[in-house]
Amino acid sequence: MKVGLFIPCYIDQFYPQVGIATLQLLEKLGCEVEYPQGQTCCGQPMANSGYEHLTHQCNSLFIKNFADYDYIVGPSGSCVLHIKDHLHDPAAETAATHIRERIYELTEFLTDVLRVQNLPARFPCKVGLHQSCHGQRGLGLAQMSELVAAPFSKPEKLLRMVEGVELVPLDRQDECCGFGGTFCVTEEAVSVKMGKDRVVDHVKHGAEVITGTDVSCLMHMEGILRRQHAGVKVMHIAEILNQNIHEQANS
Amino acid sequence: MNRQTADHATLADRFNENEPRVDWHDQTLWWVRAKRDKMARSIPEWEQLRDTASAIKRNALGNLYEYLIQFEQQATQNGAIVHWAADAAEHNRIVTGILQQHGVRHLVKSKSMLTEECHLNPHLAANGIEVIDTDLGERIVQLAKEPPSHIVLPCIHKKKEEIGELFHEHLGTPAGNADPQFLTAAARQHLRKEFLQAKAAVTGVNFAVAETGEMVVCTNEGNADMGAHLADIHIACMGIEKIIPQRKHLGVFLRLLARSATGQPITTYSSHFRQPRAGQELHIVLVDNGRSRQLGREDFRNSLKCIRCGACMNTCPVYRRSGGHSYHTAVAGPIGAILAPNLDMKDYADLPFASTLCGSCSNVCPVKIDIHQQLYKWRQVLVKEGHTTASKTAGMKMMSGVLSAPRTYRAAGKMGRWVMRAFPGMVNNRLNPWYKQREMPAPPAQSFSQWYEKNKKS
Amino acid sequence: MSSREQILAAVKQHQPEASVLPSLEGLSGSMPGTLEAYRKVLEGLGGSLFEVKDEKEIPALLAEHYPHLQRIITIGSNERAWINEDPHLLENVDMAVVPGLWGVAENGAIWLTEQEVQVRVLPFICQHLAIVLPKSRILPTMHEAYEKIGAPQNGFGVFIAGPSKTADIEQSLVLGAHGAKSLVVFITEA
Repeated sequence: MKVGLFIPCYIDQFYPQVGIATLQLLEKLGCEVEYPQGQTCCGQPMANSGYEHLTHQCNSLFIKNFADYDYIVGPSGSCVLHIKDHLHDPAAETAATHIRERIYELTEFLTDVLRVQNLPARFPCKVGLHQSCHGQRGLGLAQMSELVAAPFSKPEKLLRMVEGVELVPLDRQDECCGFGGTFCVTEEAVSVKMGKDRVVDHVKHGAEVITGTDVSCLMHMEGILRRQHAGVKVMHIAEILNQNIHEQANS
Repeated sequence: MNRQTADHATLADRFNENEPRVDWHDQTLWWVRAKRDKMARSIPEWEQLRDTASAIKRNALGNLYEYLIQFEQQATQNGAIVHWAADAAEHNRIVTGILQQHGVRHLVKSKSMLTEECHLNPHLAANGIEVIDTDLGERIVQLAKEPPSHIVLPCIHKKKEEIGELFHEHLGTPAGNADPQFLTAAARQHLRKEFLQAKAAVTGVNFAVAETGEMVVCTNEGNADMGAHLADIHIACMGIEKIIPQRKHLGVFLRLLARSATGQPITTYSSHFRQPRAGQELHIVLVDNGRSRQLGREDFRNSLKCIRCGACMNTCPVYRRSGGHSYHTAVAGPIGAILAPNLDMKDYADLPFASTLCGSCSNVCPVKIDIHQQLYKWRQVLVKEGHTTASKTAGMKMMSGVLSAPRTYRAAGKMGRWVMRAFPGMVNNRLNPWYKQREMPAPPAQSFSQWYEKNKKS
Repeated sequence: MSSREQILAAVKQHQPEASVLPSLEGLSGSMPGTLEAYRKVLEGLGGSLFEVKDEKEIPALLAEHYPHLQRIITIGSNERAWINEDPHLLENVDMAVVPGLWGVAENGAIWLTEQEVQVRVLPFICQHLAIVLPKSRILPTMHEAYEKIGAPQNGFGVFIAGPSKTADIEQSLVLGAHGAKSLVVFITEA
């Protein structure tokens, strides 16, 4: 099984440790992983701003980079959802379709494709899980609180395999953090207020670390936490799932 | 008319100047959302009901021409007088004309978002006709000279102390009394007098049944009935999308409407108006005002399924923290943001961007409108139609250029991270809206791709 | 072209392809249509319920629970003059006792029409409202209710579920907005 590793641009630039953890975790679980060096961005920042028509070149590039893999896996529900919903190229539609059907967000790849039942990981810590909207409502990584349907959560299922992780309950289990792409700057006031409220919910319930499947949401909440000098850290779920059984939480 | 110059972001920024009040607004509406969840969960067939309601509305839109004619025919047979208004101005002219013909200078009105959309009240005032809004929330905002901030809870933005003050000023209640029970009783007394004097009553319409020519109006207060059953003239104003095919379909919608709206099993009154009572005149004004145009927009026509429950507002994390007035349109919130650009793209170009596209709205919608997907699609349409700024377009083009050329991207990233490390003040300043209330991420020395190059490339 | 023609032409041109109407089968699920289920919901709405053998028991119960009623109108009684008077004069009615046609257990609503209430405004303008409903007329959901109600037989009908209410002031629930301040339902054995 050849896996193409999709590391979204802001993770590449600002959170390389998330990319590293994702890669190591997939390799640990027996995947043959390659990172195509020519990759940049999925095109979502333009598309969500109303400029989907400017994403053609990003699309062609994405297809060139990832057409040859059995699976494409990325540690970001939002970027993966964008590709799933919007990757098209009239010149290479077969390849685009292959990618749309074979691209997975990391946690759903672990639960649905690799069918991971246990993880050799240990992370003794109180953890708050932030359900990022695009992963949850877009990709269906977890049941949505609005629907009358049986609950499930793929990221939670994985976190429960990690020794020592204590998940804290939240008052609002799946409210948006307010990042929202360019929304975070064009609607600064509301974006920050949403972020502050999300953070309070986690902190109030004793979370020491806030984790999630999207670095963008975490980056937003981290920015708020650091400004408030709160001791709470954010970590991408890959970093927790990749914690070696012998390592300590403060690594 | 009623045009505001400030956009959603500016108005939301203003709303957020008082953070405890934002918390209060957020928590009040979240509580309504929680009540809705509880009610929905009490019905195991909830999702099937939503599917069914959506399918009935789809059928209604696909046969709207036939159903409108059928409705008109039935309503006329029932003794109603049916009027057709192409736009807001014609709607207002028709209503004013009926009132003037009967010499009515004073009327009561129950909640109708359509008349808000058409700005009926100022039009009537300009013609010397006084309107008394009789829904308590609407009366409160009318006294405050404000528009409603929510389609179901018109004065949800107001604190009881402010309402107490308004009542003291206008209704003569004792100063400082802000007890909801007391204030409601005072409003009851005040409005009873209005009901007893009014010669005409205007009501909205929740559902109009093609099969029977009847209209269903839902209220908790009983104000539509008090108005309509006492007045000599009943004018019911409705958008043409309110039509449903058959009477039995009301069962589906009435099960969903109040549960979605306020978490009640049904509104106190679901009144079925079919014929005028003896000696009464019943007028029905069917209003297009852009609806037939929206019907032709394939990506957006589903917005016409809306039954105005307001659930998308209550669940919207942006609405709860920006307030209804920040949407500067009669119907606020997510549904308003996909309806308003159809009325005027230029004036409402900001609204589809007032969302994180979190998708909660689409999940609570009782008729399953794909609201967040329509928000995304409106963004594309608005930009293509030129309702954007030159600087935003230039920025996006530059971004697209960088992101589609891997070498440029890598160089820019390296340079950017270096600048952030060497001269943090260049990004950590007040001109950067991110930095105003958030720290920037700490720029690492190497990117993932650089790490990979060094450590993994075989 | 008149506005009517203009609107209809635009609708005809723009309406999507017709789709079939969905079936309403199975939507009621296993909702109970029992008196107990009905009572629980009604009480949740702020209404009260009494089981009586027949209507003869009602006046005594009203006198016990509403001691200060001055003007009571009971549908079916011999006092019928009010029916032909100006409905505005009903403003001083303290209690109206009206027959209901169908009760709905899932939401506490009772269906009545102008045939039963005689004057449309009566159940709204009265200060307090009593509805008399035979036990056998309680149905599980709105779907059964519309099935039983069938085609409209007269000019006005209404589902009433509880007393009139509002929560417009800070979401504080207050009973007695513009309509009846209280609702009592008498369930008869028939």
